[in-house]
Amino acid sequence: MGKCFNTLQFHASRCDGCGDCMTACAQAKAQTDDRRYSRIQILPRTDGEGVELALCRQCADPICVMNCPSGALTKNADSGVIDWAGGKCVNCLLCTAGCSYAGIVYDAEVGHVTKCDQCDGDPACVKACPNEALEYRTAARIFNEYADMEDMFCRGLSACHGCNSELLIRHTMRMVGPDSVVACPPGCIPGMGTVGYNGQTGAKVPTFHSLLTNTATMLAGVKLQFKRKGREVTALALSGDGGTSDAGFQSVSGAAERNDPILFICVDNEGYMNTGMQSSGVTPYGSWTSTTPVGGEMQGKRTESKNLPIIMTMHNCSYVATASTAFLEDYYEKLKKAIEVAKTGMAYLHVHAPCPTGWRFPSGMTTEVCRMQVRTNFIALWEYDPANGLRFTHSVDKPQPVVDYLKMIGKYRHLSEKQVSHIQHTVDDKIAYLRQLTQVAAERRPVAAR
Amino acid sequence: MQSKYLIVGSSHAALEAATAIRLIDADGALTLLTRDARLPYSPTILPYVVSGRSQPDNVVLRDEAYFKDNKIAFVPGADVVALDPAQSRLRLASGETWQYERLLIATGAAPMLPKVAGLKDVPFHVLRSMDDAINLRQAIGQARSAIVLGAGLIGMHAAENMAKAKIAVTVVELQPHALAGYFEPKASAIIERTFARNGVTMLMGQTFQSVQRQGAGCLATLADGTTVAADLLLVCTGVKPNTGFLDASGIETDAGILVDDLMRTNLPNVWAAGDVAQARGFWGGKVVNGILPNAVEQGRIAGAGMADDAGVQPFPGAVPLNTYSFFGQQAISVGRSGGPGSEVAEGGSEDSYRHIVLKDGHLVGIATINDFVDAGIMWQLILRGTDLSPVKAEFIANPQLTGRRLMSQLWR
Ligand SMILES: Cc1cc2nc3c(=O)[nH]c(=O)nc-3n(C[C@H](O)[C@H](O)[C@H](O)COP(=O)(O)OP(=O)(O)OC[C@H]3O[C@@H](n4cnc5c(N)ncnc54)[C@H](O)[C@@H]3O)c2cc1C
Ligand code: SF4
Repeated sequence: MGKCFNTLQFHASRCDGCGDCMTACAQAKAQTDDRRYSRIQILPRTDGEGVELALCRQCADPICVMNCPSGALTKNADSGVIDWAGGKCVNCLLCTAGCSYAGIVYDAEVGHVTKCDQCDGDPACVKACPNEALEYRTAARIFNEYADMEDMFCRGLSACHGCNSELLIRHTMRMVGPDSVVACPPGCIPGMGTVGYNGQTGAKVPTFHSLLTNTATMLAGVKLQFKRKGREVTALALSGDGGTSDAGFQSVSGAAERNDPILFICVDNEGYMNTGMQSSGVTPYGSWTSTTPVGGEMQGKRTESKNLPIIMTMHNCSYVATASTAFLEDYYEKLKKAIEVAKTGMAYLHVHAPCPTGWRFPSGMTTEVCRMQVRTNFIALWEYDPANGLRFTHSVDKPQPVVDYLKMIGKYRHLSEKQVSHIQHTVDDKIAYLRQLTQVAAERRPVAAR
Repeated sequence: MQSKYLIVGSSHAALEAATAIRLIDADGALTLLTRDARLPYSPTILPYVVSGRSQPDNVVLRDEAYFKDNKIAFVPGADVVALDPAQSRLRLASGETWQYERLLIATGAAPMLPKVAGLKDVPFHVLRSMDDAINLRQAIGQARSAIVLGAGLIGMHAAENMAKAKIAVTVVELQPHALAGYFEPKASAIIERTFARNGVTMLMGQTFQSVQRQGAGCLATLADGTTVAADLLLVCTGVKPNTGFLDASGIETDAGILVDDLMRTNLPNVWAAGDVAQARGFWGGKVVNGILPNAVEQGRIAGAGMADDAGVQPFPGAVPLNTYSFFGQQAISVGRSGGPGSEVAEGGSEDSYRHIVLKDGHLVGIATINDFVDAGIMWQLILRGTDLSPVKAEFIANPQLTGRRLMSQLWR
């Protein structure tokens, strides 16, 4: 498998053109405030509509490198950065002929070509940007670490177009690996073929189709039986939010209270999407569903969603965390811990799965919707264990207004201003509550692990 | 011997073809046959080997580890002397034969010698191979005077090296100006002045009538009857494609091997790319565009086609392009310096120069001296036919910044 590399990402819509990144680059690379020395350039568009970026893209098929007659330019196999060896360069400028982005340019003052080197993995421009318009994306590591691991599912799972559940379960099972048993109660995940169909299996590991009501307890029993037979397996539940929060709750709650050694993953698409988009216990206030319609009587769901992951922490089971597929690095960290924990106690992961079909947004927008859930604090990313309590794994400071998220999604299209401001309040309250929990964790004495 | 993919040559076109093939076919037998005895290097680096700035063993473009890792058989010292397309077979000077399924000819070009009476009887240098460069470097170390015949890029590079080595240099050029193929007269004049200021005698619009041996050097009689004597003679009056070994093959040639937009020749399973190929010119016709970026691009296309890469992009047409450094100054030219129906905007100062050619709002060419523009961006603006009318005044006033602004929004 080829290698993936870290990269600088530019969000033109968040850039106000202040140029702080250029100053920071000029300082880092030429010890001056003169922005002409910056290797990153923010440029006003010729049509006046905002700004664009001129910067070395560290191309995978770098023409500058191909054009270089001296061997001064090479693509670094570890970092992916196009390295420039000054000692070899002869200043022929042929590299500049290979670049359409002004990523490598001649600097008359220093007398040679210059280009972005990503500051050896700690780019000065990113730190200087006050608007988070520049991001140093390091998710490449995930591909490099996991792409060669075996995919535990067959090809062609039949999830809806744009659904992130397939991404989620394939990533998850890669890491969980072949020594595992999977339980899937009714819902989208078995529906998309995980448990197989027409006599064929969908997964390469034993998978059973539990009932909505008994997933956690069955799984705990299966795990115990394997243990008796002397085999160490990861007992994994891939359940929807209905199978976890409503009909399945008594068994999940029981397993959590007993701290049964299982890994329970709740894939939360905020309702019973597989059976026709009915409302569940975690469907948020205001959502349109087929059982909370929009009409004269009702303007979407009237009640609040219950905060299932917080409820799970109240069971004091070994590990609880929330996650988003737009933040896979964060998810992977949590998954790693959860797999470890599930050898001896219960790990519960609550992963959000926006549903393009049931929530009505374009299928190409799923990851963007996931990202906005986090950026607006509609969901918070955190983890909990009894010894250390709760801590945020992604900053909840400086959120975007929740309306930016709501307006991306069809099921909220009818919302009145009042409803939107109600939701904003609920979000703020929820964050305030979580903050208090993080405080509690910080203040109390550490308790011995169970 | 046999190889699924067989490439003749080991320079830019050949190497990029090999890379493109390996992107699609990781294992198919791939062999590079090259006349040179060394690991791959670029002819473009040779002036810097002559000057001593680069060392011959420090300019290698691919090393043995690369060939091993990529399962490429690199065969140096393999001089191909004949192609038999009916048998899909090449013959080497050693008598060895090579069978191919797909063949790329990337044999580049060789110095073209002018018809000058007496030339074959005097010692002279050319510059195309590493051995040429090493010999020339040695000769410069011993000479006190030199003549450079031909004021193209190679001649001018060499003349500069010689001047810096404190040799009395005379450059003799038939055209009225130096670098006539790349720059229009005003720009050439700036370059010539710089050379003259650095002690180089520039004899433009002149040529050798005859040359004879004088001691270890030569004595040249020019067209106007004057004579110039020198310890060292360098001949760089242009190049011709290396197609000699193809004479009996039935391959179609004109100024080079004729190829279509995917670098295919008229022979089945035979491609050609780089300095040896004559391909679509951006402004029509078919041209040999003997520049490095052209060899890179054509090599990539040929390799992709040879490996049946479904994503192969046809050649958009050759655009002249040069980036030339002399005495610490930079000259850049992309595209044409004029043409029917075009308008020219000129700018510059005492020691800088700018020449922009537009036609119907589109960029046709740009040339600058000591006024850096991004050649790659200018090239793209020409190839894409970007309409510059809305930003014409800004572009003429500041082509570098306006070009960057345009491409940063156009690349998507
Ligand atoms: C001194 C000098 C300076 C230059 N400066 C510039 C510059 O500044 N900018 C620019 O754009 N271009 C420059 N060029 C031109 C540039 O180097 C060429 O355009 C480029 O190298 C072409 O690449 P190619 O792969 O087509 O062929 P070449 O580089 O010519 O390589 C041909 C290859 O074929 C092999 N070969 C030839 N015949 C045979 C045979 N019969 N059997 C086996 N192998 C054979 C040779 O060994 C060689 O490996 C310069 C050239 C020279 C000589
Ligand atoms: S300027 Fe330097 S880095 Fe760029 S192509 Fe020439 S030798 Fe290579």
